[in-house]
Amino acid sequence: MKSVVAYRAPYPGTQPNFLHPPYVSSIKRAPTKPPVRIPYTLSEITGPSFESEIVAPNAGDLTRQHSAEPLGERIIVSGRVLDEDNRPLPNTLLEIWQANAAGRYLHAMDQHNAPLDPNFTGCGQAVTDSEGRYRFVTIRPGAYPWPNHHNAWRPAHIHFSLFGPAFATRLITQMYFPGDPLIPFDPIFNCTADENARNRLISDFDWDTTMPGHALGYHFDLILRGREATPMEE
Amino acid sequence: MSLHATTSQTVGPFFKIGLQQLYRDHLAGELVSGQRVTIQGRVLDGDGNPVPDAILEIWQANAHGKYAHAEDTQDKPLEPGFKGYGRVPTSSDGSFRFATIKPGPVPGPDGKPQAPHLLVSVFMRGVLRRLITRIYFPNEPGNAADFILNLVEPARHATLIAIPKTSAGDAATLVWNVVLQGADETVFFDLGL
Repeated sequence: MKSVVAYRAPYPGTQPNFLHPPYVSSIKRAPTKPPVRIPYTLSEITGPSFESEIVAPNAGDLTRQHSAEPLGERIIVSGRVLDEDNRPLPNTLLEIWQANAAGRYLHAMDQHNAPLDPNFTGCGQAVTDSEGRYRFVTIRPGAYPWPNHHNAWRPAHIHFSLFGPAFATRLITQMYFPGDPLIPFDPIFNCTADENARNRLISDFDWDTTMPGHALGYHFDLILRGREATPMEE
Repeated sequence: MSLHATTSQTVGPFFKIGLQQLYRDHLAGELVSGQRVTIQGRVLDGDGNPVPDAILEIWQANAHGKYAHAEDTQDKPLEPGFKGYGRVPTSSDGSFRFATIKPGPVPGPDGKPQAPHLLVSVFMRGVLRRLITRIYFPNEPGNAADFILNLVEPARHATLIAIPKTSAGDAATLVWNVVLQGADETVFFDLGL
């Protein structure tokens, strides 16, 4: 049997703990027993791929999925998907979802008193190219209130979901916008101990991708776990 | 230069918008060989209340114990169209359900085959990073020698092994729950994330 090359453990503090009491929903949902450390096996170094079934027309352009354009500030969100060794990850699926410009999700459970936009679903998909690049066209999502604590407001954010090359590399995260005054007060943003790791969730305004007369550009790279240098002995 | 992996954030309550396109509750088409099985259960929080906004993802080998992935170089057959991927949300009563085939044994870290198992990722509002667990099968001789199961204290093995749904008299339906806290708390695994 061939040896299995494991994925690296995260740098300490760069990933959240399960329990973060300021985020109230974690209190009854975070496991209380420590997770059981297991070695990597073939099961964890393999994982699903999706390049063949993606992408529908306009899946990456959230402003062109309906008969007219959505309201809001048009933006371009682009970047690269890399591993921890700075290697681009091609053919990697990204799924995103977000609120509309008024801060309302197209979801039955979102009862925020802000208007829905008939021209905005808030869902996007893309697959990275040979250099790990992706690009979405969308509108800047609005901030919205939530019931976590008195006068709680989520900063504007876009949810990102990626699989990467293996079960081990699965990542769901959120991208924020630079200069958003709500970010320092957000218990979800603050759930990660390492300040630099948190701040890497904030995208950069990007002149290079800003399109004159059309849309502002934001740059956001996503880093998936790298691999150990040597195989585990089996 | 070494980078650090992007920090995880909760999936939140509104993931259906972005993730429903790849919901998959039938993991094996008609042309895929193997013993058919339906797995159902519920996700329960620390008060025993159902979690209506969780989402589970499944990853598994086929009945021969082969993953549909380039790094599985075993000389075993792989049916065209078999992916081994599933994604199911919970309903308002915290329940989920998916249909698949029982996977075959895959190699383990001790050079011996692992007992048949499904890998499961669990995401939900309030959970800041992915919960990783496994579903094993009942009355499976390989369970006793399974390397991963034997890393878990015996009293907690039951949280990882599905049980036949006897009330329906249906041997092909198994029940497996995700219990987030308490005495029957499901075993979650640490892969570093």
